[in-house]
Amino acid sequence: MTETADVIVIGGGIHGCSTALHLAMRGIRATLLEKDYPGRHSSGVNAGGVRQLARHIAEVPISVFSMALWERITELVDDDCGFASQGQVLVAEGNQELDEFRKRVDELKLHGFTHEELIDRDELKRLVPAVADHCPGGIVSRRDGAADPFRTTQAFRRKAVSLGVQVHEGVMVAGLRRKGAVWCVETSAGTFEAPKIVNAAGAWADRIAAAVGDPVPLEVVAPMLMITGRVPHFIDPVVILRSRKLSFKQFANGTVMIGGGHLARAYRDENRSEIDWHKLADSAKTVWELFPVMRGATIVRAWAGIEARMPDDIPVIGPSASSEGVYHQFGFSAHGFQLGPGVGGLMAELVATGATNLPIAPFHIDRFAGSLDSRVS
Amino acid sequence: MIRDVEALPAQVDLAIVGAGPAGLAAAAMAASLGLSALMLDENPDVGGQIYRAIAANPVKDRALLGEDYWRGEALAKEAVSSSAQHAAGAVVWSVSPLETSGYEIGVSIAGRSRIIAAREVMLATGALERPFPIPGWTLPGVMSCGGAQTALKASGLVPGGRLVIAGCGPLLWLIASQYLNAGVSIEAILDTTPRTNWLSALPHLPAFLISPYLAKGLKLMLAVRQKVRVIAGIEAVRAEGTDKVEAVAYTKSGSERRIAVDTLLLHQGVVPNINLSNAIGCRHIWDDMQLTWKPETDSWGATSVAGITVAGDGAGIAGAEAAAERGRIAALGVAQRLGKIDVPARDRKAVAARTAHARFERGRLFLDAMYRPAKVFRIPQGDTIVCRCEEVTAERIRATVPLGATGPNQMKSFLRSGMGPCQGRLCGLTVAELIADVRGVPVREVGYYRLRPPIKPITLGELASMPKTEASEKTVVRV
Repeated sequence: MTETADVIVIGGGIHGCSTALHLAMRGIRATLLEKDYPGRHSSGVNAGGVRQLARHIAEVPISVFSMALWERITELVDDDCGFASQGQVLVAEGNQELDEFRKRVDELKLHGFTHEELIDRDELKRLVPAVADHCPGGIVSRRDGAADPFRTTQAFRRKAVSLGVQVHEGVMVAGLRRKGAVWCVETSAGTFEAPKIVNAAGAWADRIAAAVGDPVPLEVVAPMLMITGRVPHFIDPVVILRSRKLSFKQFANGTVMIGGGHLARAYRDENRSEIDWHKLADSAKTVWELFPVMRGATIVRAWAGIEARMPDDIPVIGPSASSEGVYHQFGFSAHGFQLGPGVGGLMAELVATGATNLPIAPFHIDRFAGSLDSRVS
Repeated sequence: MIRDVEALPAQVDLAIVGAGPAGLAAAAMAASLGLSALMLDENPDVGGQIYRAIAANPVKDRALLGEDYWRGEALAKEAVSSSAQHAAGAVVWSVSPLETSGYEIGVSIAGRSRIIAAREVMLATGALERPFPIPGWTLPGVMSCGGAQTALKASGLVPGGRLVIAGCGPLLWLIASQYLNAGVSIEAILDTTPRTNWLSALPHLPAFLISPYLAKGLKLMLAVRQKVRVIAGIEAVRAEGTDKVEAVAYTKSGSERRIAVDTLLLHQGVVPNINLSNAIGCRHIWDDMQLTWKPETDSWGATSVAGITVAGDGAGIAGAEAAAERGRIAALGVAQRLGKIDVPARDRKAVAARTAHARFERGRLFLDAMYRPAKVFRIPQGDTIVCRCEEVTAERIRATVPLGATGPNQMKSFLRSGMGPCQGRLCGLTVAELIADVRGVPVREVGYYRLRPPIKPITLGELASMPKTEASEKTVVRV
């Protein structure tokens, strides 16, 4: 049996589901293929940060655009996705770091972006009273916040389905081939055909890219997170550090999530990752120093979702360098959740019109042309 | 006995998690074959749940706990006098593979943690009581028979006031008889065994008639029935009360009656404790007769993950005597894989244990079929709490399935059920069966929680102050 569509989206993470929804909103018939279930990997189990703060300068315009969608997320997907905007704070651990932060905020202002705001010790203490006294200030992005990642991904899936998107779960792509003007996607559940393909396959996207002639150096990573038992409420915003790997967030129920990018060992072919307790012990030490109030909290769970990291830590977004009708949307390098709503909109725009209003040139896959090295498995 | 993480060996051939009958027998066997073996157990002493406090029991009257209990003495003596080491009060919170071969084990003793290494790991973590999610089961004064038995064995404690026991299964009759021996009076036993179970159990009756369980079981039940009102054919049970349980309401032949109580004990059988084997990634299968998940094991207790074995009730419920034999058999398998004995020696040495094991397995199918708990006591309705840690009700689980929560992991992401400190030990089976019920598919299709370490909570301070090991130094260099 062959099923046809206008566009086949490969991958049911936040990006694939968002793109499928935005295509449907434009009246384009989309089919989404997901090898497990939507949100099974990093889209469903990430820290849920909705953050414009401290992004690569190339990502700022699309992040700001995505933020506007987050702020009306209920209108978009009929679910509030657990989104709440308590702000995010980047904490400086010394005066030298605070000087660098000042330059960063000034540079953003030159580009016309004002969401990042430099704060002094007093404002930091007001926003984050529990932070250790040695921190001289930081940057706040007040409209940032956090959402529930699995609920968000599922809400995008449900809304997409309600607008006619065909979602096939447990369907693994085995190969792609060109047949005249259409792409044939061979899967574990038969063949799917469409003139256009969106590759949103996350940690597995390099395989799709290679199959259409765009080999890329993608690293499979699994950033570790851990969560504590309930402790009395002591912090509202999400807190991140730059010099040491840490992100920190307290939920309404009192539990505290600790992350920051230490990596588990990832086995993508087994859908599995192994926690590295030696590195998590480092995260625990950092929390011990910065938030003395946390010292007696119990760690109840640690986990890691599998995703893709690119060598330059920014995603691949845009048309294929070598194949007609193929578009890439992957490699979000452990900070793609907030971008999901916006980049899905941009991708639908690109597929429908051939161009986007916002600049996406820095994310073109051709930046890796000829750079494929031995890291690719 | 080791009571301090500093005193733990940095590396052993075989780490055994749990010092109940399987762990004790495995440790003694492993030591006798020249393996360095270490038992890690959370309790202050060896014995596990069934032989709890066997070496230092406060109960003076031996007859109170029954002769089966004291059978553990010889087992404990054999293990403790062997070269195998025993770490007491030792909580294993993580087992993860080393990059080459072998495992790293996160161990916490008295609030301090350390990571040690083992070439193989044997999980002898035994059984848990099956959840019994009836309305009101979270009220103070309602507790499990297992919890009550722990208090009796470890501290000689018995409940005061009016006591009712509800449920089904051999352990229910055992605790009742132990209480009667201790002079506790029981208002009533509400027997929830479905009457139709006789039909499915009947084909297994011949094996049961020649099993070691028949005489023992009949004696227990007769002794209890002489002194306690037993009400059979119970169709529903509800605990009532505001701040604590005040009455138990039960339905029989369609009509409801009430008994005033101060304590209600619940029990409907035991199931394998699969938290560690699940977190390690061993393949599990659904046992439709025992209505539980269990790790897939070969005839030597080896799981689908190389170097991880499961012995005893953790690999499927078969009871304490069978557990000890399974521990011996699994230890022989480990010794052969680690080069201490060859295959013919392994097979030869296993003959006695296998013969004994077969005898203890006899009659098991009858017990499984006879005491298979009814759906109404496994799959709750309405506002009955399912996940106690996060206070998730049955109706919320039912309502969330259509949103995309087609399995326990998705449910966990939506409702946090199974995300509390118990890691789903108290709700996992209920959630899986509820989802299967709503979807109208077999439980094996909905699966189970993917459990995440730490398997038992540790404090942040404990993790932060964990001593560096050789492996962790290498990690730092590699990064």
